[in-house]
Amino acid sequence: MTECVECGADIALHDDLEVGEIVDCTTCGAELEVVDTAPPVLERAPELEEDWGE
Amino acid sequence: MQVGLLYSRIRKDEKLLLSELRDRDHEVEKIDVRKQTFDISGAPDSFADLDIVIDRCLATSRSLYATKFFEAYDIPIINSNETADICADKVKNSLALEAAGVPTPETTVAFTKDSALEAIEKFGYPCVLKPVVGSWGRLMAKIDSRDAAEAILEHKATLGHYEHKVFYVQEFVEKPGRDIRVLAIDGEPVAAMARSSDHWLTNAAKGAETDVFELDEEAKALVEDASDAVGGGLLGVDLMETGDSYTVHEVNHTVEFKALDSAVETDVAGTVVDWIERKAVAASDAELEVTV
Repeated sequence: MTECVECGADIALHDDLEVGEIVDCTTCGAELEVVDTAPPVLERAPELEEDWGE
Repeated sequence: MQVGLLYSRIRKDEKLLLSELRDRDHEVEKIDVRKQTFDISGAPDSFADLDIVIDRCLATSRSLYATKFFEAYDIPIINSNETADICADKVKNSLALEAAGVPTPETTVAFTKDSALEAIEKFGYPCVLKPVVGSWGRLMAKIDSRDAAEAILEHKATLGHYEHKVFYVQEFVEKPGRDIRVLAIDGEPVAAMARSSDHWLTNAAKGAETDVFELDEEAKALVEDASDAVGGGLLGVDLMETGDSYTVHEVNHTVEFKALDSAVETDVAGTVVDWIERKAVAASDAELEVTV
């Protein structure tokens, strides 16, 4: 369990968390990036950029 | 083997690959493209033991330069810079498919509003205007009238990045409410799905429903030809049904496969990693031959 950096709500994280993964805050909808896993640290995820894609 | 995974975000696709690689006891080096720097004089020490790198960058611009650097460092990269360069740009993509004789929608490129409008009027309505770089159905316009064409062209010319002043105009293909995404490795299909929607855009990212699709021999041959046309690799080949045949509208080089993985029974990540292992072994053998 960690805290949303945007709204402060608790966020439940799954076990196989990866650095670089994006998790959504179910309370405020913010996209958060996992920047560390031990312990979990979240930051606001970067905005979608124009040339992103597959 | 030691596998580098070049990434911007770890999506479900990357997690599937990471999990499969680690289950097979491969050592995985995650390389965050936002933090990594690339010197022209040589590879950083952290790359010294990499047997192969998988490019999973979200940002096209970074993918194009990073693949160029890995090739300069003689580190095998999936996909190659050549493939990335062709697939990242819809103009190059269309030219490659056309040159290879792969059926692809009629397309005209124009560089000014006036010439683009002329091209649009020649296609008739509806037709489609696409950005030359982009994905997930973003900024695609189905143009139903001259009024709409004038407005969209004006917006693109005034508000857009310079790439939006390259007007990529394409025929509107009347597809049966779905298109087909094929994941292929060097032209061999791994699995395919139909993406269905009431909307004219049927990208999974736009919420299209997905279901397994059985490829016939013609579609398999087109996938192989389309893959060859862009230099091969791990690709997402997109086809539309035209009634009695298919047309290939796009080949994607950092293909997402989570929707496909959910839609089909095939072990997609497992099959992809099988192929990555073969590529790494082949690259290592080739290097040994050169050394000897």
